[in-house]
Amino acid sequence: MKKKVLSMLLASTMTAAMLAGCGSSNEEPAAATTAAADAATDAVTEAAATTEAAAAETTAAVEDTAAADEGKVLNIECWNTEFQSRITDHYPGYEKVDDTTGKIGDVTVNWIITPSDDNAYQNNLDTVLPENLDASADDKVDIFLMEADYALKYVNSDVTLPLTDIGINPDTDLADQFQYTKDIVTDSNGSLKGASWQACSAGLIYNRAAAKEVLGSDDPETVQEAVKDWDTFNATAAKLKDAGYTITSSVNDTYRVYSNNVTTPWVKDGKVVVDDNIKKWVDDSKELVDAGETNTYDLWSDDWNKGFYPDGKVFCYFGPAWLINFSMAPDQEGSIANEGGWGFCVGPQSFYWGGTWIAAAAGTDNPSLVKDIILTMTTDQDVLKEIVEKDYDCVNSKSLLTSLATDDSFGLPVLGGQNPYGLLEEGAEKVDMSNISDYDQGCNEEFQNALKGYFDGNYASYDDAIAAFNKAIVEKYPDVTTD
Amino acid sequence: MKKKSRSKVVEYNKWGYIFLIPFTLVYVIFQLIPLFTTIWNSFFENYRSGLKQIGPNFIGLENYVKILSSGDLWQYAGNTLIMWIIGFIPQIFFSLLLGAWFTDPSLRLKCQQFFKTVIYLPNLIMASAFAMLFFTLFSDSGPVNSILLQMGVLKEPFSFFSSVAATRLLVGFMNFIMWFGNTTILLMAGMMGIDQSLFEAAEVDGATSNQIFFKITLPLLRPILIYVLITSLIGGLQMFDVPQILTNGTGDPARSTLTMIMWLNKHLYSKNFGMGGALSVLLFIITGVLSIIVFKMTGTDTSK
Repeated sequence: MKKKVLSMLLASTMTAAMLAGCGSSNEEPAAATTAAADAATDAVTEAAATTEAAAAETTAAVEDTAAADEGKVLNIECWNTEFQSRITDHYPGYEKVDDTTGKIGDVTVNWIITPSDDNAYQNNLDTVLPENLDASADDKVDIFLMEADYALKYVNSDVTLPLTDIGINPDTDLADQFQYTKDIVTDSNGSLKGASWQACSAGLIYNRAAAKEVLGSDDPETVQEAVKDWDTFNATAAKLKDAGYTITSSVNDTYRVYSNNVTTPWVKDGKVVVDDNIKKWVDDSKELVDAGETNTYDLWSDDWNKGFYPDGKVFCYFGPAWLINFSMAPDQEGSIANEGGWGFCVGPQSFYWGGTWIAAAAGTDNPSLVKDIILTMTTDQDVLKEIVEKDYDCVNSKSLLTSLATDDSFGLPVLGGQNPYGLLEEGAEKVDMSNISDYDQGCNEEFQNALKGYFDGNYASYDDAIAAFNKAIVEKYPDVTTD
Repeated sequence: MKKKSRSKVVEYNKWGYIFLIPFTLVYVIFQLIPLFTTIWNSFFENYRSGLKQIGPNFIGLENYVKILSSGDLWQYAGNTLIMWIIGFIPQIFFSLLLGAWFTDPSLRLKCQQFFKTVIYLPNLIMASAFAMLFFTLFSDSGPVNSILLQMGVLKEPFSFFSSVAATRLLVGFMNFIMWFGNTTILLMAGMMGIDQSLFEAAEVDGATSNQIFFKITLPLLRPILIYVLITSLIGGLQMFDVPQILTNGTGDPARSTLTMIMWLNKHLYSKNFGMGGALSVLLFIITGVLSIIVFKMTGTDTSK
């Protein structure tokens, strides 16, 4: 009898637990939770009272940022902490709460970070943005960030709000910005859908000690002469090898320089095409690798990073100004950047790299705050000046760059006091964005992956590597065709 | 009286069914229904291209034709099997050896509990953490390379992850390290289930320990060995986490460590549910066929 009761009890608890899990679980436990809920409400009201008081204080400071009827939560989709740190450092009234939240007045700012590797960030946006209009107020994405590699995809769709819709007039408000930063985010009807605080024209960042040793001088003009085109560049690589240096840390360093100077987009009429300049990258790189003048490391890997220190014996990296500050360990004792041992010149071809565009998501419930963030971060001269001084970004303001370029007292400590802004401004004017496509990020990533196999000798021929690249592209973009 | 006892049996049987309800429900909801929807999905063209949703359009067997005609599946199946075998051979060897030692009372091993725990420990580490660890250890400027350089074994750093053989060996080695403890414990359970009097009788008859192992332990262990082989084979065919993390999802060098599940993951990552479904169904068939082959090969002998 006892057994029977016990087993019945066991069986019923088991099934009850299951059903509770499956269906509406709020019947039975309701009674139990009411008491707890009562206690919790008390605590909440108390807490709310204090935050209200605090909020009232801060709102006074930034009164015009958020209209009273707007959402209380500002969600920002991004792929790293760069923009977050810019906002934390430079946006007036922003208070950091913890690593992924902050407060502007009484609006809570959520940073939703999805790394961009392997299209993860875009896949996330692809799912979230189309449903944004129907999302509940606190879950709506208000701002999302984009990179040039895939900006077109979002710009040419309804998920991104034109800036005019949130009250920004591109002709007057953004007149001081570089044209290419606007071209990237202009949709096929000509309306502008985002803005950037950076003009990421880039160049060749060389190791001054190595330049002195091998080229006899670390003067930017002498170095530029030794890397002025790809043939000279490759000849210099041989000289550097004799002195024990590799010219770049990895073949992937030069990739963007070649891929920015293409004459056809990656995907044309739904079909992947390898441009001649990219083919040239393959040929040049294969020669350098075979001669032991560079390596095949992945960008950002620990092996690639070695050259940030003198022992890494790397002559140069290619990148914009933010690369030195954001990645090249300037705070690390003993790094080249820390000792101001880098120099800057244009390199074989001018190119750009990176750049983050701020866009307003359709469905945002904080339009006036979004407007204020975009305007403050991309046009406010004081903020941009601060960004230059603190983060060495090449900011998106022609007038500011011109004044910086002519200011002889201004120089970057990581570059040993050199002032690169003249070269950067010149580069930014030259950037040509006419050959970007929606698929650039995936194509660039997979092309470098596949060709690494060719450089390392794991693919017997270029054609084998291209076959592998085609496979990877079809997996990533099922609607694209290949040869 | 008899009647009464029978009805009692029936009554008890009822409890058996009731206790089965939770499992059955979980199984149907989380296994059986997804299994059928996977098969159903495999007949559709259904993927996302950027912000656009394509399909679902019914296209019959086209997904299957695409997968089978490209021949890639067999390459990745080959990768998977090679890496599984690299890991499985040392795994079964060391597990048998350790199992035999641990269960042999005449050896009087000390600290048995300690060693049993230690060999199981690698399995407690997350596979991804383990793969990250190996990635760092064997990178070009990692500790393994610096040790080899300082010992004078190598002249310049060896790039492990650019070599097909080295990367496959590393994956196999990691799977071996992670799973040999588990296998040892399974085999030990099997060995302890063998009647001790058989060993004693053999010893009395003057058999050497080698003879005892090969003539008594192994044949009687056969059912457990088959179980280990099949579970390990199925686990091996589903190999994913270690190579995925070790190669950052690319299956490089030259796609030689791309396993079937990693390939499936690539399709699902771009939300290509049709191809993903078709590939899953093919994997299901391959796994089934291989398991039946193993079972038949090893099973017929016991019946003789």
